Amino acid sequence: MVEHYTLGRKIFVGANYTVLAVLSLLCLVPLIHVLAVSFSSSQAATAGLVKLWPVDFTISSYKFVLAKPAFLTSIGVTLTRVAIGLTINMALTVLVAYPLSKEVGKFPYRTLYVWIFVVTMLFYGGLIPQYMIVKYTGIMDSIWALVLPGAVPVFNVVLLLNFFRGLPKELEEAAFIDGAGHWTTLWRIMVPLSAPALATLTLFATVGHWNAWFDGLIFMNSPDHYPLQSYLQTVVINRDLSLVSSADMKSLAEVSDRTAKAAQIFLGALPILLVYPFLQRFFMKGIVLGSVKG
Amino acid sequence: MLRNLKSPYWPLHLMLLPGLILVLIYSYGPMVGIVIAFQKFMPAKGGLFASDWTGLANFRYVLDMPDSMRVLNNTIIIALFKIVVGLIIPITVSLLLNEVRKELFKRGVQTLIYLPHFLSWIILGGILIDILSPSSGIVNQFLGLFGVKSIYFLGDNSWFRPVLVLSDVWKEFGFNTIVYLAALTGINPSLYEAAIVDGAGRWKQTLNVTLPGMMPIIVLTMTLALGNVLNAGFDQVFNLYSPQVYETGDIIDTFVYRIGLVDAQYGVATAVGLFKSVVSFTFISVSYYLAYRFANYRIF
Repeated sequence: MVEHYTLGRKIFVGANYTVLAVLSLLCLVPLIHVLAVSFSSSQAATAGLVKLWPVDFTISSYKFVLAKPAFLTSIGVTLTRVAIGLTINMALTVLVAYPLSKEVGKFPYRTLYVWIFVVTMLFYGGLIPQYMIVKYTGIMDSIWALVLPGAVPVFNVVLLLNFFRGLPKELEEAAFIDGAGHWTTLWRIMVPLSAPALATLTLFATVGHWNAWFDGLIFMNSPDHYPLQSYLQTVVINRDLSLVSSADMKSLAEVSDRTAKAAQIFLGALPILLVYPFLQRFFMKGIVLGSVKG
Repeated sequence: MLRNLKSPYWPLHLMLLPGLILVLIYSYGPMVGIVIAFQKFMPAKGGLFASDWTGLANFRYVLDMPDSMRVLNNTIIIALFKIVVGLIIPITVSLLLNEVRKELFKRGVQTLIYLPHFLSWIILGGILIDILSPSSGIVNQFLGLFGVKSIYFLGDNSWFRPVLVLSDVWKEFGFNTIVYLAALTGINPSLYEAAIVDGAGRWKQTLNVTLPGMMPIIVLTMTLALGNVLNAGFDQVFNLYSPQVYETGDIIDTFVYRIGLVDAQYGVATAVGLFKSVVSFTFISVSYYLAYRFANYRIF
């Protein structure tokens, strides 16, 4: 059908496309600017000549950053954290969501358990008590301090629980008639059927672990145990000069503070930018809306 | 006990066990740790119950601190502005996106505006510090073209709150359109047809069909946003603020961090944190109750 636009409609459509295009660019341009700075020479960056394209193209900032042992160590910590944290998060999400997805008639303790988990979303003990508990359990300054306190992502459990409940009951019943127990049903029926939901939750948990920084900052005693984002917090945000060694200072002549920071910002965002197309495919379908049933 | 072992439920209990233990330790443990708020807490004495009890002394101390009212004030103002602007912009943008007929353009816009949501405040903070810099920042260079004098956005008390609100909305507005776009696709097309038959133009259709169709979800998100009255955004503020802007930008969470983990006044910091937790809990409970009552929303 060809729509015949009135003049007013035409003006609106034009304005609409313009506004949306400007909003989209606002989300992209700052990132491009920082990328351009990271590939520019220190003189050009310091003089403020760089706009959206590198000036005096050079990769020396990246060479400088990637040669810093502290930067590489922190990436190692983050990768370990993602691997362990993700495994624990996903295993517990599935194991907790399955029993809680049962009807009260099939699992009378469900209501009690649901409340135990949901209360943790509503009430937070506080920063200091949490810090003390981490200390008392002896995991301070270890990778466990970064994965155990948030081991059960209750919000993800709620999403998966609702997804499980949306699956046809007949499949589960058929499995039970065939003699399958709860473990077999969960592993052979529920998990394969929820592959798309699990993929989404996996990506979200990965992004969560990659982006987390505050726990590293407070639970790790020495900067060489920091994950990447905590390390970036100290160098990009805090300008903590104690972390800059004298060898760093020498090369700061050719690599300015600004270009080095830009390179680190971009490297810190890069993995997210790489998984972004996959992430987007999932939430475009609205899978994440499982909890919003209004 | 023996009957329990034979109960058909034991595999389900077993599945819940590891998660339950971790939640009891790391979520309920800190709730027990709230006792610190009523003590002159000394970590060296060992344990949560080893220090001397001081009743409400920590709370009285907080009330006498000159900073505490300022912090509460900042928190509420920043949080409320974020809630209000953070509702208006996504709703407007989703209405605008809904009018786009070119699928490819719509997709492109969505791809770009969802992106900042997935970047941490470390990355975005680093970007903001660079582009807002008074000496070499691109924003001030741009404003300079119009003869505007260089503005120290992150160090000026009259600019700091607007920067917080705008940059937070910049990060989240795109992602927050998802809920509204989903609501828009759920509107029955025959309502639009009926409106056209009645002679309604585009504007009238938006006013009389689209907006009423979105109302339930708008009311729901507004209600749930109530739970955030004391959440001014720790990650963002912590990475953007400095002592120059404590006057307008210091919030409860950053305050708790400084008096607790920097100054090691554990009891006082826990008392402030407890105040926030209790108020937030009240607001969240009320908002969930209202959402359940009027929108039949249930989280589980």
